Amino acid sequence: MRFNTIVYCLKQGIKNIFRNKLFSLASISTMAACIFLFGLFYSIVMNVQFMVKEAESSLCVTVFFEPGTSETRISVLGQQIAGRNEVSHVEYTSADEAWDSFKDVYFEGNEEYAKAFMGDNPLINCAYQTIYLSEASMQESLVNYLESIPDVRKVNKSELTANSFADFGMLIGYVSGAIILILLAVAVFLISNTVSVGITVRREEISIMKLIGATDFFVRAPFLVEGILIGLVGAAIPLAAIYYLYGSVISYVLEQFSILSSVMVFLPITDVFRSLLPVGLILGVGIGFLGSSTTTRKHLRV
Amino acid sequence: MSPWGSRKLFLRGDIDCIYGEYEMIVFENVSKTYETGTPALNNVNLKIEKGEFVFIVGNSGSGKSTLIKLLLKELEPSGGKIYVNNKLLNRMKRRHIPRYRRGLGVVFQDFRLLKDRNVYENIAFAQRVVGTPARVIRRQVPSMLSLVGLAEKYRSYPKQLSGGEQQRVALARALVNNPAILLADEPTGNLDPRNSWEIMRLLEEINKRGTTVLVVTHNQEIVDAMKKRVITMHKGLITSDEKKSGYHQ
Repeated sequence: MRFNTIVYCLKQGIKNIFRNKLFSLASISTMAACIFLFGLFYSIVMNVQFMVKEAESSLCVTVFFEPGTSETRISVLGQQIAGRNEVSHVEYTSADEAWDSFKDVYFEGNEEYAKAFMGDNPLINCAYQTIYLSEASMQESLVNYLESIPDVRKVNKSELTANSFADFGMLIGYVSGAIILILLAVAVFLISNTVSVGITVRREEISIMKLIGATDFFVRAPFLVEGILIGLVGAAIPLAAIYYLYGSVISYVLEQFSILSSVMVFLPITDVFRSLLPVGLILGVGIGFLGSSTTTRKHLRV
Repeated sequence: MSPWGSRKLFLRGDIDCIYGEYEMIVFENVSKTYETGTPALNNVNLKIEKGEFVFIVGNSGSGKSTLIKLLLKELEPSGGKIYVNNKLLNRMKRRHIPRYRRGLGVVFQDFRLLKDRNVYENIAFAQRVVGTPARVIRRQVPSMLSLVGLAEKYRSYPKQLSGGEQQRVALARALVNNPAILLADEPTGNLDPRNSWEIMRLLEEINKRGTTVLVVTHNQEIVDAMKKRVITMHKGLITSDEKKSGYHQ
């Protein structure tokens, strides 16, 4: 295709937007609303995932071993466990470290009583491995594995917490996904309507183009450009709004509900935008393209 | 070298029939019945040679415009075969239609100019559609405007022109891509006698330069005066086909 044909199609696409100002404005507004809500849910999902991840990273399973299991054996088992998919990392606590840690807490203020145990560790069989999970949902399979090891005496786990994290993350994902899908379908419908109006307005011009030998692509291209531009502008506006509002909203939330600041850690906007910006723009362009291409395909059989 | 008639309608090797090199348009037993059941053409047989000037006359509903639409591939025949420059139109794939149409020039009774573009842009549009480079457009559009006598009105918009001038713009647009065939459907239908003659003079000039010209018309005075081949149609049939003839009802 020639360069001047591309320029012509681009110019015509831009002109189309201004020819149907009201419809274009309606499409851009709807698209902006959809992408804004998308951005909102996307940010929420990212933050929830981030918080779940943070919480998961502190989620651990503690493994105690049978009396008489040597430190070498425990160390070997620790390495085996650390190599599994479910495991983020493993920390070993020897019997002496366990006692030191326990007595510091238990005999606080009465340290002289602890001296009575000098040379006699009551937790001699309580060396343990603390296993941090890479994902909360994997806890069950890991626990099953750990319990199947002969040298393992006891596995301490936190069933409720693990499932809650996984379920909450999934729930947020499903709800957001459903809302986003509905919004995107509305956006496709509206862009399709705008392009339909454009085609109706330009029906005579299109029939002249076809009669003098314009290819289908030449006729369609300006409408595709129109749809893509509407999608692009409709995506850029809400993304800019989210960029500037995000920080303020988080500061406001933390200020108003200061209790949250201890349990909630929000992602910085740059982290959210690293993926939201390309996803939002591609989505806008994609919806614009989809709406206009299906409509032109339907209406331009001259 | 003639500036018109040189455009090849098809690529080399795109030959479907054994008609000689002189036939430009051939209808073999062509019928057309619309979806409503209305018959428009009934077993029409017709041959038009390259470089001919042909009038197609007849009452309303006689099938003249259907014949033009079949040639433009706006309609498909219900039966029979249509060859243009030895290419069978019936078998033509949809994606090849634009290339075929670029070899045709079309003029309509209602001019069909783009109202939001000036004279220059209307003609340039036809070249832009077929991907002509901008420098060629800048060279050819003024020369085409000179030919139709509108060089000084290149910046005017259609509504600022008379009917005759608008039809001349439409003619310039039809010719700017060097078509092998010019199809004119009632080109003088909306014009006064003086402008009608001006358009006919231009069509004759174009024909002399090698373009095959088909004119559908009701204008008896012009048909009688020009002494060209006249095909008369009635209720979808060709009732007479005479060379250097006049208007028959």
